[in-house]
Amino acid sequence: MQALSLRKLTKTYRNGVQALKGIDLDVGQGDFFALLGPNGAGKTTAIGIIASLVNKTSGQALVFGHDTDTDLEAAKACLGLVPQEINFNQFEKVSTILVNQAGFYGIPRRVAKERMELWLHRLQLWDKRDAVSRSLSGGMKRRLMIARALIHEPRLLILDEPTAGVDIEVRRSMWEFLRQLNEDGTTIILTTHYLEEAESLCRHIAIIDEGRIIENDRMATVLRKLHSEVFVLNPRQPVAAAPVLPGYAVKLADDGSIEVEVTKAQNLNEIFAALSARGIEVVSMRNKANRLEELFMRLVEGRDAETGLPKPAVSA
Amino acid sequence: MNRSGILTDAAPPPRDGHRWVGFRTIVIREFSRIVRIWGQTLVPPAITATLYFVIFGSLIGRRIGEMGGVSYMQYIAPGLIMMSVITNSYGNVVSSFFGAKFGRHIEELLVAPLPNWLIVSGYVAGGLVRGLLVGLVVTLIALFFTRLHVEHLFAVLAAVLLTAVIFSLLGFVNAVFAKNFDQISFVPTFILTPMTYLGGVFYSIAMLPDWAQSLSRANPILYMVNAFRYGFLGHSDVNLGLSFALMAVTAAALFGSCVWLLEKGIGTRE
Repeated sequence: MQALSLRKLTKTYRNGVQALKGIDLDVGQGDFFALLGPNGAGKTTAIGIIASLVNKTSGQALVFGHDTDTDLEAAKACLGLVPQEINFNQFEKVSTILVNQAGFYGIPRRVAKERMELWLHRLQLWDKRDAVSRSLSGGMKRRLMIARALIHEPRLLILDEPTAGVDIEVRRSMWEFLRQLNEDGTTIILTTHYLEEAESLCRHIAIIDEGRIIENDRMATVLRKLHSEVFVLNPRQPVAAAPVLPGYAVKLADDGSIEVEVTKAQNLNEIFAALSARGIEVVSMRNKANRLEELFMRLVEGRDAETGLPKPAVSA
Repeated sequence: MNRSGILTDAAPPPRDGHRWVGFRTIVIREFSRIVRIWGQTLVPPAITATLYFVIFGSLIGRRIGEMGGVSYMQYIAPGLIMMSVITNSYGNVVSSFFGAKFGRHIEELLVAPLPNWLIVSGYVAGGLVRGLLVGLVVTLIALFFTRLHVEHLFAVLAAVLLTAVIFSLLGFVNAVFAKNFDQISFVPTFILTPMTYLGGVFYSIAMLPDWAQSLSRANPILYMVNAFRYGFLGHSDVNLGLSFALMAVTAAALFGSCVWLLEKGIGTRE
């Protein structure tokens, strides 16, 4: 049984916008799954339909085998949602928000209070339990939404850009927390604009654009499809012009670094040898963009306007 | 349970009694809200009721003399209690549900495994709690000014409960369709208040000319106020059977409509 199955899911809003054009998606139990796409691609709509916050136009959504049309309460009980926007009552105390949410899931108050304590400790919010939620910092508000989504111990956790706007330290600690949660058995679906985050955490990935799934595979498999990467080389002495390296696309960046595009068929040794021969000493090197980011941009920007299908910017 | 405290194997399907816990949680949350903002929920109706009793009951009422066989103060007391129940049960649900929509924390309920009829019932219970609390406060204030004798307790309870339920449900409908705060104050200001004032709170429709009596009979609040007044004074301007039947049918129809609105996601889901 899949943790999540979407079949031919479509959504057309009242203003005529077709947010989803028949997507099929399976997320296995225990997976850490990235759902990526540019703004307006349909990610939040798909999540909204799964969580029954958005009415679908057609298609089917199953959460752990429970059809959201015919077995909605069971489907909802399996699901925890951390939405993109802050959506708790800003006038309520942190502890009240969690205990009430547990109550909505049928968890008796005594048990709810124990779980509230557990999750507030785990998300380092225990000291804030009596604070009015609007007084929390942005990072704390995000963590509170995660604690709220976990209070009923869902088997599937969906996080819609959980680290948007939080500082790098909080983001890293959230990654560690989510990794642990997934290791402990919770299936996680993550949407994010930080592609480094998706690459670091997720085992499977789907890319959605203009309401269609344009890529859906294991992260490693998808990354292997990247045809070429751009490396940024920093020379010890500034160079006046981009060195000519036969077979390579090379350009000189504004900061004096050298950008070289390397395809799968080529190798870095050749480049270093050629640069050494020209007396250029390289002191450091990095990828111009995160590998997933590179692939993402090629997939999303390389769509054929007529067919809506990706152009062959990546190898098969 | 593993080291993170998560039950990994057991799906948390809706448990036995989970609905009751969910319902109770909504009611507790509503009650906490009423108490938290007591300066907006409990104090203003007490002040307004006191002013009505002082001005209409004591000062003007003395010159009016008797109405319906009792002092004017005794006559208007049930009407004023009912007026506060109507305004507060309506006001509680419309402001709480619209506030939840506006702040998006209605999503906390919409994602939870609660049936829509239970969500509606929870909000109605919240409206009922505030309506009855304020009704009790106004009753206590009324006792400072006059004696209140209950003739038919069942009529008093049935009328006040049905009225509070009806106006809680109407508040829910208003909140579902409202898109901004202006739209939640429009109905109370331009529809509810005039209908309440013209619904026999301050006078008997027997005092009115025939055409005005006929017009008054089209006002549903007249039946609620009179059914309630009958419980205290044993006197009503309208047929009691008709009043209770009208209230019961209205409450049932409104409840069905509210559940349907939530099912369809009108005003709550895109």
